[in-house]
Amino acid sequence: MAQVKKLKREKHQAVTPGRPGGQEIMKGDKQRLECGLQGTGLSDEELRQGTVLTTRWKADAKYGWDAGVAIGRYLAGLKEGKILGVRCYKCHRVMVPPRLFCEWCYRNIDEWVELKDTGIVNTFSLCYVTWDVKRIKEPQIPAVIELDGATKGMGIMHLLGEVDPKKVHIGMKVKAVWKEPAQREGAITDIRYWKPV
Amino acid sequence: MGNRVAIVGAGMTKFVRRAQETGQELAFYATKMALDSCGMKLDQIDGVVLGSAPDTFDGVHMKGEYLSPGAGAWGKPYMRCYVGGGTGVFAVAHGWYHVASGVFDTCLVVCEEKMSSYQPHAQGAFLTIFDHTTERPLKPNLLWIFALEMNRYMTTYGLRKEDIALVAVKNKNNALDHPAAQLGGKVTLDDILSSEVLAWPVQRLDVSPVSDGAVAVILANETVARRVTDKPVWIEGVGWSLDTAYWTNRDLCYPRYVEEAARMAYKMAGVTDPRHQIHIAEPYDPFDYKELHHMEGLLLCGRGEAPQLTVDGVTQRDGELPVCPSGGLLGVGNPIAAAGLMKVAELFWQLRGEAGKRQVARKVKRGVAQAWGDLMQVGTVVVVGI
Ligand SMILES: [Zn+2]
Repeated sequence: MAQVKKLKREKHQAVTPGRPGGQEIMKGDKQRLECGLQGTGLSDEELRQGTVLTTRWKADAKYGWDAGVAIGRYLAGLKEGKILGVRCYKCHRVMVPPRLFCEWCYRNIDEWVELKDTGIVNTFSLCYVTWDVKRIKEPQIPAVIELDGATKGMGIMHLLGEVDPKKVHIGMKVKAVWKEPAQREGAITDIRYWKPV
Repeated sequence: MGNRVAIVGAGMTKFVRRAQETGQELAFYATKMALDSCGMKLDQIDGVVLGSAPDTFDGVHMKGEYLSPGAGAWGKPYMRCYVGGGTGVFAVAHGWYHVASGVFDTCLVVCEEKMSSYQPHAQGAFLTIFDHTTERPLKPNLLWIFALEMNRYMTTYGLRKEDIALVAVKNKNNALDHPAAQLGGKVTLDDILSSEVLAWPVQRLDVSPVSDGAVAVILANETVARRVTDKPVWIEGVGWSLDTAYWTNRDLCYPRYVEEAARMAYKMAGVTDPRHQIHIAEPYDPFDYKELHHMEGLLLCGRGEAPQLTVDGVTQRDGELPVCPSGGLLGVGNPIAAAGLMKVAELFWQLRGEAGKRQVARKVKRGVAQAWGDLMQVGTVVVVGI
């Protein structure tokens, strides 16, 4: 790493012009500053030049997740083209995604209910980057969708489709676009996306 | 509420984009500076708390233990705490417990984060916060949840991007005066509004940078505090709260978990009217709308009122209620856990009148710092005063 040590710091400082010296913020009672303000940033260029040790390692981690009792039934419902929620008789909420217990009342839920596959957009985004910040031209449109038949405010996250990004708005009515029954596998992706009604 | 606990020393590294130093080295620099600032030696420290975000960032299992030598934990009672982005302020609450309970006379609280280790982008490390069965098959992007929350906040209160972008302008300009800042800059409203759209309504300059850095503070009981400093800054209250992990079932326009944490901290601190009894605030601002969200959750103003306070200049460094005079995460940088502790350290320097060019115009005697994180569900709050 000797090469790294020799790197000039001007480049880093140029990013934040006018940065004053490090002493002033740290005036302690005893004024015993021995090392000053430390921390050395590296630029993109320095990384490209290979002066930084980079190891690439692919984690070979595989998980066998249990869907659980409640989500298991939710997924089975999706396979049949149904969206299932649960009801708590105490707080009267109809909840989705379904769960075995009401976290407010901390008791078992009382009943399963079938919700409609329509709802309204609670909120949305037009996303022009991938998770690793690569650019995409056509935005992905994630949304929280409040389902008809569930308690007001109860939503699930999903994607919108067949819609002009300029026309998406909060409060927009949407309907699920399902995969063909034969293609469904009991997954949230059995709903391809939601489109405006 | 147990023994009185003071902050007696603080230190930090520069917040930088990619630190040449290792996490241990960053932790060491911050800790050494904190010890030096109050003339203490490590052997006067009874216990160590380290806050750091997910192991995934570093690719090291139990990274708390891995970082511990740099955090001065050799041969000492040591504990790592982690509640996502809320960690930096939570770590102080953790340390407070140790000293308030009387178990320790002194406690070192260190927060370290290197977000640069994860390639190609730290965002990847966050993707596992989404539910594995009902959400991850949709191939989510971390930015989504913030964009969804911001849009809900804007729509609920009829806000425009301009009303929110002023926060980024204020904080990035404040950071110009912070010697440790990564991203201070003369930024105009136009710059923010014309920056690249990442996930509407989130644009590039609405977001804090990915950073590496460390911060440390030293806590002491009253006896030790009086001995090592003339200007102890007392921890008057701590609070924390969690909202449900069913985030799509929440009211995304208001951080209820922050309010709950704030009420706990205010009660302990005897604060009954936060709007008048809090003089300076460092709410968590990884996105510009979050500062506004959090001011409301901290009860510093009514719901939907924070944008107007920003427009009116109330939250400027020379305003009636300075908010993020440090420059915040938007300006100083966002090494997750360290960023939260930076806010507590800033209040320490501000209340002692040692913030140099950043010193607020008002005489400030009590401040609140807050952090937030994980699946947008954690609120952590610390009230400090002199
Ligand atoms: Zn209930």
